[in-house]
Amino acid sequence: MRAFKAILSKDLRIELRTLQSVPAMALFAITTFVIFRYGLDRTTLSGSLAAGVLLATVLFAAILAINRLFVAERDEGGFDAIRLAPVDGTALGAAKAAALIVYLLLLEVITLPVFAIFFLDAWAGLAPLAGVLALADVGLAAIGVVISSIAANSRARDLLVPLILLPLLVPLMIAAANAAEPLLAAGGPSYGGLAKWLAVLALYDMTFIAVGFAVYDFLLED
Amino acid sequence: MKVPSLRALSVATVLCLGAGFALVFFYAPLDREGFIQKIFYLHVPLAICSLAGFVVAGLHAVRHLRTGDPVHDVRSYVSIHLSVIFGVGVLITGSIWARAEWGKWWVWDEPTLVSFLIVFLLYATYYPLRYAIEDRDRQARYASVFAITAGAFVPLNFIAVRMAQPLVHPRTFSSAGGLPGSMLFTFCVCLVGMALLWICLTRFELAAKSASAKLSRLRRALEGESYTAPSGSRVAPRIPSRAASPS
Repeated sequence: MRAFKAILSKDLRIELRTLQSVPAMALFAITTFVIFRYGLDRTTLSGSLAAGVLLATVLFAAILAINRLFVAERDEGGFDAIRLAPVDGTALGAAKAAALIVYLLLLEVITLPVFAIFFLDAWAGLAPLAGVLALADVGLAAIGVVISSIAANSRARDLLVPLILLPLLVPLMIAAANAAEPLLAAGGPSYGGLAKWLAVLALYDMTFIAVGFAVYDFLLED
Repeated sequence: MKVPSLRALSVATVLCLGAGFALVFFYAPLDREGFIQKIFYLHVPLAICSLAGFVVAGLHAVRHLRTGDPVHDVRSYVSIHLSVIFGVGVLITGSIWARAEWGKWWVWDEPTLVSFLIVFLLYATYYPLRYAIEDRDRQARYASVFAITAGAFVPLNFIAVRMAQPLVHPRTFSSAGGLPGSMLFTFCVCLVGMALLWICLTRFELAAKSASAKLSRLRRALEGESYTAPSGSRVAPRIPSRAASPS
């Protein structure tokens, strides 16, 4: 637990001082909104289109952070240090996942209002939408940490993360988009079917948290 | 338990598959879809064997991580390899069936086909993953982690895709009061034949791998230290000579 706290606070402090992940993700997300505005040629979005644009943008922005998650560990020998230190390798994975959740929440705090201002007529669905996104973030972090560790120790780092991660994220995208769709409906939010999709999201989160705990140690030993 | 020899297994596979297809064409009755429905006896066993092969690969991967024995990694690799090849067959036969049934080569609101595509795309990344890691131990370990993660993903994916779409796929076993006895019998023979084919091909690939490992060990013994093994494909794991020696 102490190792978890130490690694998490180290990561957050590095992010605070270098500002290398969150601002880049936010900038990427906002630019992507502009791309979608012209790509779709729409000035307002609602329903499934709004959910799709928002979630696709968040997923791709998340890949930026997941790509960079272990850069410091790899370049500065952090993996060796963890292996030498008498701490459980899982602490590293859990701390990285927690850091990733913090980044993603910050990203959404910035991009959700921008998205609403750009595209939405009614803002009533935003609060429950934040809950959906938070649940999606947990699953994204759980699976992202495993894939990022694999990619960090390979030659084709930046290539592997999107390649492996995107198919793995399809169920998450299905559940989150279906949960978000009625919340962003043109006539104001409705809550039918929300519980079902939140349950799928929670199932996804729990499955990959369990898988992460089971396999993470094997990614570090050498 | 005595493992049947490769020859016996091959003969059994040919007989069972031959009998299965003879039943398909001469015994099983036509249903309302007409002749095209016969692709069902190829498509569904292929899909079942492919998915079961992914699960088998995950189980081998678990054993590999627990024991550290590279043989299990080779088995996991071969299982995924064959299941991906079977997966190509599933997608092609499924597409042909969709064309005959719904008039389109690809139908998006068809949950089983779509979820199979996603699973296939995921397992297709297994090769670039192996290729990208040079150290063989690490490559084997990471490949096992991937096989386990993907194994957990398969059922989740089917749940999510199926919930998202209305059901139009012919639900042969749950709807329409099940299959008539003669069709079910034919289907079971085809399924067993296809499973035998999968097992047989896996055994052949494993035998080829251990033979080439033995060969390079013999060459090394003959030519001394100057011999360097042909590198070949770096993606495929090698059977270590210790495991390949007794036979």
